[in-house]
Amino acid sequence: MTEKTQAVAAPVYNDRVVRLFALAAVLWGTVGMTVGVLIAAQLAWPDITYGIPWLSYGRLRPLHTNAVIFAFGGCALFATSFHVVQRTCQVRLFADKLADFVFWGWQAVIVAAAISLPMGYTQGKEYAELEWPIDILITLVWVAYAIVFFGTVGTRRVRHIYVANWFFGAYILTIALLHVVNSAMLPVSFMKSYSAYAGVQDAMIQWWYAHNAVGFFLTAGFLGMMYYYIPKQAERPVYSYRLSIVHFWALIFTYMWAGPHHLHYTALPDWVQSVGMVFSLVLLAPSWGGMINGIMTLSGAWHKLRDDPILKFLIVSLSFYGMSTFEGPMMSIKTVNALSHYTDWTVGHVHSGALGWVGFITMGSLYYLIPRMVGRVQMHSVRAIELHFWIATLGVVLYIAAMWIAGVMQGLMWRAVNPDGTLVYSFVESVRASYPFYVVRLLGGLLYLFGMLLMVWNVVMTVRPPRQAPALQPAAATA
Amino acid sequence: MDSLYLLLPLSVLLVLALIALFAWALDRGQFDDLDREGRRVLEDSKPGEALVERSGTGEVPTELDSAQHRTHSAHKN
Repeated sequence: MTEKTQAVAAPVYNDRVVRLFALAAVLWGTVGMTVGVLIAAQLAWPDITYGIPWLSYGRLRPLHTNAVIFAFGGCALFATSFHVVQRTCQVRLFADKLADFVFWGWQAVIVAAAISLPMGYTQGKEYAELEWPIDILITLVWVAYAIVFFGTVGTRRVRHIYVANWFFGAYILTIALLHVVNSAMLPVSFMKSYSAYAGVQDAMIQWWYAHNAVGFFLTAGFLGMMYYYIPKQAERPVYSYRLSIVHFWALIFTYMWAGPHHLHYTALPDWVQSVGMVFSLVLLAPSWGGMINGIMTLSGAWHKLRDDPILKFLIVSLSFYGMSTFEGPMMSIKTVNALSHYTDWTVGHVHSGALGWVGFITMGSLYYLIPRMVGRVQMHSVRAIELHFWIATLGVVLYIAAMWIAGVMQGLMWRAVNPDGTLVYSFVESVRASYPFYVVRLLGGLLYLFGMLLMVWNVVMTVRPPRQAPALQPAAATA
Repeated sequence: MDSLYLLLPLSVLLVLALIALFAWALDRGQFDDLDREGRRVLEDSKPGEALVERSGTGEVPTELDSAQHRTHSAHKN
């Protein structure tokens, strides 16, 4: 209780940087999803950009992944982690200027990516395409981020460190480690470098990085959001706080070695592949524990799900989290992977996690956060949130169902063998058979993007200074 | 597999660091009263949090009991 009486007097939180990151997340999400829709259209109609090199699929695809993961997801993680750490530690952000540097530095990284990737500058490492000068900037921003975050935790007024902060902390430290190890490059000129590792060594490092980026950037970080915004929006404590602690430690102790499942049936030693498979299967347990814990937070108050579209986003995100953390371990089983690898099933799996889990938990959290950051009780239009939810859900379902069917079909066609040992289908026949599913996928992506545009409109209407309260205008103008 | 000579020791170091961190948290009483800590997160809810920063008055009810809390939330959604 003494901690609380202190808290009444003091904390004037740094909401400025939270607000900036939250708005940036909405902006970059729209950009990244627009590029995603464009490249989905290119897969159905390859000539749609008239062969302009800057708009070719090979250059725009990394732009799409970087924009949605690091620009949209990243800005959302910065916004929510800075918001959650201040509220749960009941103290203002440590080092305001450094927090500003994190914001502007990260925007510079995003702009540099948006310019360099279409120009064809790439390290050729998935989710780590940005060339070495940008990598150095990322490192500087990340160190500043860690100082701000852990500085805030270190100066907290509440003795207990809330579980969301543990997840955010793990994600910040692990991404630092992953980035430094995987981005070890030998620069040969400005914007050109070669990996410090070669061949299968490089592949092992790359997928150790990339899968742990999925695990810590796209999972642990967003679980931090989940453990704060679901209790807040539901106005109930998390179902079992004890289980959330177990979830955290179980997840971070077991995550690190799932990466080799990306390299099944390659030059990677067989035993390393098996290790990756086993660790992937183990992950099912903590993942489902966390999912059940989050969903059961609504236990006894399920009616809130009927009326509250923000809770719909948050809870349905967890059901997608559960789906993709079941699907992932299944796909890591070698015999299943023999069918699924290199097919669009993988793309469907990624998007059930990305659109369903990461996207929905982010949208739900931002719908909670943004009105509070501009001094309003709720978003301008709750009905628009409801509409966004249903359109986006329909979009995700179309997307992943199309990719499941296309993926399994491709896997079956590629492995079909005639009695004389020749292949039944040529590769291009499987491409041709995939065409209708590529169109359905594009439709799903368009719906998801349309939902995002609704969000943009809703956010603009929410952050516009209200006419009836002119006293608020000067402050809102700084936003 | 030379890269494993980097990744495996890294993992071992990481696990050791995590064990140390867990021991620290346990020792510092981080997990002593988990039911209380799970509920605390709801207590910092203030109407229009950003207004606090702008007006700087700090006249915000932080000691909301659960009944007030519900009535407050009723008009929120």
